[in-house]
Amino acid sequence: MSELGIVYGLLGAAVAVLLSGTGSAIGVGIAGQAASGVVTEDPSKFAKVLIIQLLPGTQGLYGLLIGFITLSKIGVLGGGLADLSVQTGLLILAACLPIGVVGLLSAIAQGKTAAAAIGIVAKKPDQFGKAMLFPAMVETYAILALLISFLAVSGIQV
Amino acid sequence: MSDTKYTYAVARIRALEVSLFSDAFIEQLLACRNAEQVLQSVIEKGWGGMDAGNDAEAVLKCEEEKAWAVIRDVAPDMRVFDVLSYPKLYHNLKAAVKEVYAGMKNPAMFYDDCPIPGEEMYRIIENRDFARLPGNMGRTAQEALDLLLHTGDGQLCDIMIDRAALDAIEEAGRQSGEKIIADYADTTVAIADIKIAVRSQKTGKDADFMRNAMAECESISRDQLIRAALSGAEEIARYLEGTSYAGGAESLRESPSAFERWCDNRMIETLKSQKYETFSVGPLLAYLVARETEIRTVRIILTGKQNGFSDDAIRERIREMYV
Repeated sequence: MSELGIVYGLLGAAVAVLLSGTGSAIGVGIAGQAASGVVTEDPSKFAKVLIIQLLPGTQGLYGLLIGFITLSKIGVLGGGLADLSVQTGLLILAACLPIGVVGLLSAIAQGKTAAAAIGIVAKKPDQFGKAMLFPAMVETYAILALLISFLAVSGIQV
Repeated sequence: MSDTKYTYAVARIRALEVSLFSDAFIEQLLACRNAEQVLQSVIEKGWGGMDAGNDAEAVLKCEEEKAWAVIRDVAPDMRVFDVLSYPKLYHNLKAAVKEVYAGMKNPAMFYDDCPIPGEEMYRIIENRDFARLPGNMGRTAQEALDLLLHTGDGQLCDIMIDRAALDAIEEAGRQSGEKIIADYADTTVAIADIKIAVRSQKTGKDADFMRNAMAECESISRDQLIRAALSGAEEIARYLEGTSYAGGAESLRESPSAFERWCDNRMIETLKSQKYETFSVGPLLAYLVARETEIRTVRIILTGKQNGFSDDAIRERIREMYV
């Protein structure tokens, strides 16, 4: 039974990293297509569009952070696997879900918003600050999910 | 991800939209003293190319080719642009049918920047190789050639091919699966129908003539338009007031050139919402139409200046810009 507990715990870390990482890859990819379109015509806007393109990449980092904390918690990092009950393993899996699911969906949404924002930079480069704000708004919800996953994983007694 | 397949293309178009002419620049062109100054101003904006030099027609042609080259470069699927290439394609068909009938060959009559350039179209018609033409075009070509050979009536042949072009545009719009393309095709056909009604009313054509020339579309009723045209110009304007083309009624009462101008402005109006789209084909279509309108406007100014028209007379014909 205790072996199944550690599997659930590890699954939690995997969900956090996999889903948010996938979302970020898609989001950065979408924004990257838009960035490439602008740079094809106007290479001088490279720096500005690159910054916007990177915004959907943060969800992947949040997932990585929760993944690290979870791996430390269950003892995969730092030697000696913890003796987890199934219940504790499932609790860790549930704690990892917010950043996994919200990370996946918010990164894709942020990628699309970033692509639209890159359109603003293409036409009005002086409005770069405002253009940054629109995709940054999506970030709020990824941060909220990160916070809950962090608090939950940290709060579970192993 | 199919909903993001236009992301790269739209972003590139956004970057290119910066170089589209604004209304303010068109005013500057109007203020030029002569056609040479107008041409110089557009060349300074990057128009033309190494081969075009200072030849106005070559500069304008070069710009048309540049606009299509960009779209060919970025568009994942060129079929959705059939609605824009059909007018030139069917023009080539019309020219080829007439030239084959007359037994002459004049390359200047053809467009080369379309899917079937003049030389190829001429050979297809000459060899009666109609199967090589897309869609219903082959059948239209055969019927038009037979009609011309039997009757020698060039106008009837024109009407048949023009009608087939409108039907093809409408069909391409519906088949595209893109709302903006369908709207554009519908507007194109509706405006063509309105123009046919206006000209038929002026030249006293009957209902059968108009029915043969006009294509069906969603935004106006062909039968009602024909009835209005038979009753007079004012009736056409009154009918349009009850449709989404109400603005055309006013310009129709004003002057023929004001009506032509309204037709082009209506197209731009249909497409202006595409400035805020990021993931659809709309901005690409809007860019192409905007470029065509821009080139047409510069041509109007050049011709007006060359012929000594007053600024007001030219301004009446100036089209609204997309940006």
